[in-house]
Amino acid sequence: MKSPLLRKIGGYVFAIVFIVAGWWITAVLVNSPALPTPAAAVEVLLANADQLVPYFLTSAWRVVVSLVIGTVLAVPIAHVCARSRTLDALFAPVLYLLYPIPKVVLLPILLVLFGLADAPKIVLISLTVFFQVLVAVRDAVRAVPESAVEAIRSLGGTRFDEYRHVAVPATMPAVFTSLRIGVGTAIAVLFIAEAMAGSTGLGYYIMQSWSMVNYPRMFAGIIAMALLGVVLYAIFDLIEHRLTRWR
Amino acid sequence: METQGAHIDFAHVSVEFDDGAELLTACRDVTFTVEPGQAIALIGPSGCGKSTTLRMSCGLLTPSEGTVLVNGAPVEKPRQETAFIPQDLGLFPWKTVLQNAALGLDIRKVPKAEARERAQSALQQVGLAGFERAYPKELSGGMRQRLALARALAMRADLLLMDEPLSAIDALLRESLQDALLDLWRQRRHTQMLVTHSIEEAVYLGQRIVVFSARPGTVVADIPNPGMGEPDWRDSPAFAEKCQEVRHALASGSAQLADGEGGAR
Repeated sequence: MKSPLLRKIGGYVFAIVFIVAGWWITAVLVNSPALPTPAAAVEVLLANADQLVPYFLTSAWRVVVSLVIGTVLAVPIAHVCARSRTLDALFAPVLYLLYPIPKVVLLPILLVLFGLADAPKIVLISLTVFFQVLVAVRDAVRAVPESAVEAIRSLGGTRFDEYRHVAVPATMPAVFTSLRIGVGTAIAVLFIAEAMAGSTGLGYYIMQSWSMVNYPRMFAGIIAMALLGVVLYAIFDLIEHRLTRWR
Repeated sequence: METQGAHIDFAHVSVEFDDGAELLTACRDVTFTVEPGQAIALIGPSGCGKSTTLRMSCGLLTPSEGTVLVNGAPVEKPRQETAFIPQDLGLFPWKTVLQNAALGLDIRKVPKAEARERAQSALQQVGLAGFERAYPKELSGGMRQRLALARALAMRADLLLMDEPLSAIDALLRESLQDALLDLWRQRRHTQMLVTHSIEEAVYLGQRIVVFSARPGTVVADIPNPGMGEPDWRDSPAFAEKCQEVRHALASGSAQLADGEGGAR
């Protein structure tokens, strides 16, 4: 019998082999300086590592802060909305109208309002994350059966106990699922924001390399940005896993 | 451990629900008492207000009319010493067995160490020692049932209210759980109210069987059941006779209602 851990590791090894092989074949077929082979890319990444680090840290900082701000604002509002009919009736239409709007179109306005540094990027990504977490958690709170809340009440529990023992633990998985999924969107928005304005972060680094027609340097930036996404995704996946052992 | 069971007194209790469209009467003029340490069963057709009665006894619901007294005091909010086992058992999948068993104490601000100890000994009592760190999904239906019971035991309740707790359990296992319930009650002598729609269960676990009519539910019969708890009670002819008596009471309860409604219109 194979252990589940071994099987999991085997799965990842297979995935990496599959992706690298696909990349290699494509690079060879395309035969363009814009798409180096994996070996060349790794070489470039190592060569540029020193100058990449500050760009990477700037981008990582922006994403992480935005994820935190978006979540911290969304979770309590989601709970309140889901538990109060009046507030929900008031907010649900607003939410429905705003949720599908791609927040990235607000970038020009934010640039005018907040300048070119961290602030407009953080506001934009926070906004994106905020709506994703809000919708997911609001639905999760609603899915909590009334009987669970009643069980707490029958034990003499207060409103606080209802949150502590039911609403919060029941919706934790939804928070981290939406964050895990949100990482992809957050980094996409980050790339656009950094590419369009300012002179910091990986988005800027990639676009600058592109305009210099320095494809190896550009590719190093792309790999760094991909890495940022993978690391954050893995972290949220891990937390989600730990929190949902009961499932 | 023996407890002094609670005294329950329902006097002319009616409950009305406003479901938006019309006023529904869940139960009307319900009057009965339960002596300290007595175990009774409530039985009746679906929607007859027996669950409503239970919910009033533990303070989840207040009557529209009449009074519900536990130990002489009106039940305005959940009482410390009342344990309520709802139909879905009220277990939380994200809490371990031990955390679930200790939840009642946790909410009552019992010190952590004491809560843990009491929960652990309650788990032992119901045969769940060794499962403290498991999650409910890892337990069988019967074990989950016993976990719900452990929570009530840890609280040292003097009043145990159960709303069809065994309805999701298959027949053979149900009998052994009924035995477990009976044993516990005999050891502790708490007051016990069991809502069921199984006639056999009512006759097996109720010293008295209070029969409700269909909605709006009211007490149509209060059948003494002195044989309850006798050895081999389930297999005795008297048991079968008592079941028949309850069945008749249920049937005439429904008939009475039909007549009543015909007369009113």
